[in-house]
Parts: sequence; structure tokens; C-alpha cells
Amino acid sequence: MVDTPTIDETVLLPRLKAGDQAAYAQAVEAYSAQLYHVALRMLGSEAEAEDVLQETFLDAFKNIDRFEGRSQLSTWLHRIAANNALMRLRKKRPTFLSVDGLTGEHDDGNGSQVPKQLYDWCCLPESELLTEEARAEMRAAVEDLSDALRVVFVLRDIEGLSTQETADVLDISASAVKSRLMRARLALRERLTAYFQGAGPEETR
Amino acid sequence: MNPASDSEKEECRRLLDGLSLYLDGEAEAALCAEIEAHMAECENCRIVVDTLRKTVLLYREESPAPLPSDVRRRLYAALKLEDYLVTGKGE
Ligand SMILES: [Zn+2]
Repeated sequence: MVDTPTIDETVLLPRLKAGDQAAYAQAVEAYSAQLYHVALRMLGSEAEAEDVLQETFLDAFKNIDRFEGRSQLSTWLHRIAANNALMRLRKKRPTFLSVDGLTGEHDDGNGSQVPKQLYDWCCLPESELLTEEARAEMRAAVEDLSDALRVVFVLRDIEGLSTQETADVLDISASAVKSRLMRARLALRERLTAYFQGAGPEETR
Repeated sequence: MNPASDSEKEECRRLLDGLSLYLDGEAEAALCAEIEAHMAECENCRIVVDTLRKTVLLYREESPAPLPSDVRRRLYAALKLEDYLVTGKGE
């Protein structure tokens, strides 16, 4: 996993289970920034991301006895945080509620895959790609993805988890991760292309 | 943009499924070769691949910020771990 401070989970876990406060602090130090960032990108709200962060650790420490160590501690923490964030999203947008939930293959929206926008913006100067407005558009684009696509995109492409780690966090297959990632990327490309075409200088069309 | 024939469009659509794997370097050699050969012929797909790659890069470039210090402080308080809140980190 990217940027995770080196931490030996095999040493840490028994100490956590024994209620060692210093071990708790060590786990918080190691994983809090990443979990906060996941929640922030999922929810788009700093206040809510902070709530998710606190609830994730409270939940994890309360249930640490039930953690069997079959996955990495970091994977387990990501799962708690991602599920908490997804639950909040569903409450906010009941229209997206679906009976088959996250595992359903038809509830992930952003359906049409075939690229429509064909403006070539990939060689625009960085000064145009990295404006504050472009950043805001990028964040808004992620927020407009369906929940099922967004969580995969955030974990894989923003946080840098591997396909398998993402699959473990979400309890879905690796091939489901790959196909959702593809759809998420195509939807974002479509939107950013339309944005940069509008924002680009006149002479490039 | 020249009007693509139906068979060309079918080829574009068929390769689309493999693009994500291709960008992640996870596509098999045969698929890579097929995509690259197609891109050399098909300007539309070349643009889609380049802008798709750039899209992913832009999101990856956005470096994850460290935890804001007040968020960190409140987290330690919520977990009753204030004693371990060493200052000087992100402060
Ligand atoms: Zn093509």
C-alpha cells in the first residue's frame, strides 16, 4: 500500500488485542491520514470524513477481538471506513438504494461506456490542467460517480490500493474491481474531456 | 474525423474493455499489440487512450494531504489517547 508508514502488524495486533494504549496510538498514527482521505473523497465533506475517521477507529478498537487477522489490519480498517462512508451516501441519496447493494452488477450506474468526447486535451500545459477550477471539477466528477464505481476508483486510483486489496476491502471479486474501475475511469475521462474542451484556448477548437 | 465503418467501430468497442488493463500494464502481450496496432490506425482510440491515461495521472498527482492537525487532535481525544498526541507532527 502506498505511503503507509512501515508497521509490523504481526507485532502490533497482539498488543492491540491486549488493550495496549500505545499500540492503539501507533495504529492511529499509521492509518488515520489514509482513512480520512478515503472518506473525504467518498463524501466530499470534511466534517463527515472526520466523523467516519473517528467512528472507524472506535469501531475497530471495540471489535478488535473479533478480528482474526485473515486480512491485513489496514485492509480491515479500510473496509470499516468504506462501509461507513457508503452507508452515509445511501442515507443521503435513497434513490440509489438497491436491494442487491454493492454486489449487484446493475446498480452501479454511469452506464454508457462508449467514449463520446474526442477532444485531445492530454497535451495541454500543466498550468491549464492544474488550476483550482480544474481541481474542483475533478473532485465534483468523482462525487458524481455512482457509489459502487466511486469507492473502487477512490481506493484504486486515488489511494493506490492494489486490485486485490480493493477486492478484499469491498468483499467483491478482482474482476468486479477491474470492470468498475474501467467504467469509473471512462466516465471521468468523458467529463474531464468536456471540461477541458470548454476551458481550453480558442484556437485548439 | 473520418466516418468509421461499422467493422471499425466494432473493433473500437471490442478493444475498449481491455484499455484499463492496458493502462495498468496488466494486459497480456497479445492484447497490448492489438491495442497498439489499432491506435496507430484509429485516431479516435488514440485520443481516448491518451486522455484516459492522463485522467488517471491527474488524480494520482493530487498528493494526499497529511491529516489536518485539528482533526488529528480531536481523533486522539475521541479515542482517549491524548497522552500519545505528540506535537511537532503536522503541527
Ligand atoms: Zn478505434
